[in-house]
Amino acid sequence: MQRIGVFVCHCGTNIAATVDVKAVAEAMKNEPGVVFSVDYQYMCSEAGQNLIQDTIKEQKLTGVVVCSCSPRMHEATFRKAAAKAGINSYMVEIANIREQCSWIHKDIMTATEKAIILARTAVAKVQLNAPLTPGESPVTKRALVIGGGIAGIQTALDIAEAGFDVDIVEKQPTIGGKMTQIDKTFPTLDCAACILTPKMVDCAQNEKIHIYAYSEVESVSGFVGNFTVKIKKKARYVDTTKCTGCGICTEKCPKKSVPNEFNLGMDNRRAIYIPFAQAVPKVATIDADNCNMLKNGKCGVCAKVCTAGAIDYKQQDEIIEEQYGAIVAATGYNPISLEKYDEFAYSQSKDVVTSLEFERLTNAAGPTSGQLLRPSDGKHPHTIVFVQCVGSRDTSGCGKEYCSKICCMYTAKHAMLTREKYPDTDVYVFYIDVRTPGKLFDEFYRRAVEQYGVHYIKGMVGKVAPRADGKLLVQASDLIANEQLHIEADMVVLAAAIEPDKSARSIATMLTASMDTNDFFTEAHPKLRPVESPTAGVFLSGVCQGPKDIPETVSQASAAAAKVIGLLSKDKLTCNPCVAHSDELMCNGCSACEKVCPYGAITYSDKEFRQPDRTVAIRRVASVNEAVCQGCGACTVACPSGAMDLKGFSNKQIMAEVDAICK
Amino acid sequence: MQVNENNFRPKIVAFCCNWCSYAGADLAGTNRLNYPADVKIIRVPCSCRVNPMFILRAFQRGADGVIMCGCHPGDCHYTSGNYFARRRMTLLFSMLDYMGIERERTRVEWVSAAEGAKFAATMNEFVETVTALGENKRLEDLRCKSKQ
Amino acid sequence: MDKREEVLRISGVNVRKCMRCGKCSGTCPSYDEMEFHPHQFVYMVETGNIEPLMNSESLYKCLSCFACVERCPRGVEPAKVVEAVRLAAIRQKGNNHLKASAVPELLDEDTPQQLLVSAFRKYSK
Repeated sequence: MQRIGVFVCHCGTNIAATVDVKAVAEAMKNEPGVVFSVDYQYMCSEAGQNLIQDTIKEQKLTGVVVCSCSPRMHEATFRKAAAKAGINSYMVEIANIREQCSWIHKDIMTATEKAIILARTAVAKVQLNAPLTPGESPVTKRALVIGGGIAGIQTALDIAEAGFDVDIVEKQPTIGGKMTQIDKTFPTLDCAACILTPKMVDCAQNEKIHIYAYSEVESVSGFVGNFTVKIKKKARYVDTTKCTGCGICTEKCPKKSVPNEFNLGMDNRRAIYIPFAQAVPKVATIDADNCNMLKNGKCGVCAKVCTAGAIDYKQQDEIIEEQYGAIVAATGYNPISLEKYDEFAYSQSKDVVTSLEFERLTNAAGPTSGQLLRPSDGKHPHTIVFVQCVGSRDTSGCGKEYCSKICCMYTAKHAMLTREKYPDTDVYVFYIDVRTPGKLFDEFYRRAVEQYGVHYIKGMVGKVAPRADGKLLVQASDLIANEQLHIEADMVVLAAAIEPDKSARSIATMLTASMDTNDFFTEAHPKLRPVESPTAGVFLSGVCQGPKDIPETVSQASAAAAKVIGLLSKDKLTCNPCVAHSDELMCNGCSACEKVCPYGAITYSDKEFRQPDRTVAIRRVASVNEAVCQGCGACTVACPSGAMDLKGFSNKQIMAEVDAICK
Repeated sequence: MQVNENNFRPKIVAFCCNWCSYAGADLAGTNRLNYPADVKIIRVPCSCRVNPMFILRAFQRGADGVIMCGCHPGDCHYTSGNYFARRRMTLLFSMLDYMGIERERTRVEWVSAAEGAKFAATMNEFVETVTALGENKRLEDLRCKSKQ
Repeated sequence: MDKREEVLRISGVNVRKCMRCGKCSGTCPSYDEMEFHPHQFVYMVETGNIEPLMNSESLYKCLSCFACVERCPRGVEPAKVVEAVRLAAIRQKGNNHLKASAVPELLDEDTPQQLLVSAFRKYSK
């Protein structure tokens, strides 16, 4: 039997004016288990807390009920006080007789009556309380960043800056991501490479940062502070410690006709290649699918020309296992495939390009060395039509329901740059809405219209028909003039919607991080915890969480880094002790709890149990990882055998509360 | 009215999730918004912690109405808890209805931490509805009563 | 019944889904023949301004090619709205649509199949 003390607070007159506190204290004396009951002016004051502590010692109390304000207000205060007096802080319950009683009722009789019932309910609960100890788990002071684009780079640099080790896993041969392919950045028009490549070099030179390029995450286990990750280093067939990045092999390789991914297939590379001049790490990679030596053993030119002896045709994929305290997902995006949009003739004409291809066509390192030329005949285009919202805001099933957010601005950028460099070009932009919220964004768009004379037309392109003479016949509506336009264009640029990288889904599954229907990672709270995943220890950076431009990505990347640093700077994590617990003797191994757990905190394992007949049987039972469980209780209700219960809010406790209220 | 002559006051159990509805109830108090004292709140971490057994138990012990409040769909602190709760309660309430406990005696309501006014209004309305229905005797276990 | 309600009921289209991009009118092959264009049909039905549509020749200039339905990014189906207005106009004049059973008599060896399909789309409502 517990020895319970009840402390009724006056809260000045806040409670005492409508609740007869003396009567409440008196009534509680008759409750089972209550050995002491008193009222006091201000329970939360130091004198009040001392009263509780002294009584705990004098009366040898095992449980405490404080009838006062909301537990959201002072539960922590009273728990701390109780702990100081030597009893477990989870042996304290609060009866909320202010917010939920004195403040809402006017009649003293009714209010007192209700206060007594609330106090009795709390007493009934304390009767069944058990001491709880928050678990502790150590923190591995190393972070993993999945994805080496600008988001991953910024996160890694910030974490390293704080003095923690951080690894970047990038599936491409070089870090840098999409930003390396972009020519200029809005709204300031500075060149992307000029601002990105120094950061890439910083990553390579920082001794706290380790880059696993051309690698993929293979599996993730563990929980916040203690993740174990297997990373697959794909075979490059080049010894990265020996390769100097001189590039002779990439010039001598006889296999010349491999589409170059970096320029989106608009020119060719060799079978052994370095993606671009500023690649980090700057080492060659052999594309096994196209290498004659690896396919049929006939060639070996690269090995012959390599003075460093770095070529190794026998290299194998390598699996590395590492421990991490925190993981940041920065998996990025890709433009959607435009196969389903026949009306824009993307697959019929080379002169219909996506905006990312247009970036390469205007980039000095691109296939045309920065000259804006038509991919079909290499001639200078005189009329260019830009189409916005291709696949964005599309509920027809072909595209994406959301706004891709960046297209309005980059289209304005393309249109402006085209007009600046080639004033003899007519530029049309077809828009549904122009969305330019952001610092200096709308000014930028207006400049394209007002200074550079870009024709912005409210309407949508309905059809693009390539003509035999190479022109593209664009049929579109102009909603403001209420007419249909027929434009003979030389090039059409499609602002394709962006979607999360395909690898994100499998990574989310490994991390047990939740995703929305569009495969963007979900945040722990859409407004207040935007860079954390609901899974503890997993953080989000960049477009993997939702479409965003470079300034926003960098801010979010730094925010994620701040959260990681906050986590890694702790030596130990204290866990919430009010977590689920499975009674292994009752568990029937049905997996119902595992399926409803939003955090992946429940795992199953085979365990040996001694049977009544002294034999040993192996049964599959659930166990809860207390460091991961957040204590929602979904599993406790899902459990058909009643094995799962929630500490601090156990079935018995809530039943007792129900009984006390209905008495 | 007959109920008033008998001076019938219903017993109402409200389950409120810690993050939204309990805070909403606190806000109703802070704003001094009146609702009847017949409502007694039990704090649970999430609406998905509410086991149908608790509600059956409440009716067994003589409750006249049970209301469950949680975060709005999509706003659950634990991401998906209130979706589970919603489905469970849909099933439970239809079963209770079959057993003769009127639909009006059971209710699920989404109340956010900012909706003190909604909480008070909901409780006023619910108490009124249950009072009009009168005492619930369907599931009440008389053995429990005799112990008093 | 209110004309707007009638058109909405016949067409089964939720005109509120329209985000006013104008792709329907951008793709319409009959655009220059029409006094009111596909996006206007959707908008005017939404605002209840149906009389002008019912009295317009545009009703009979729509080819029922369904390009607008095919291309609409929001699944609004403007052609169905046009059809519904056309049907409302026909009914107002006391006529009714073509019955499927009446079609075989009207058949002609040289009629393209496309036209038959189109006729069904237009009339079998």
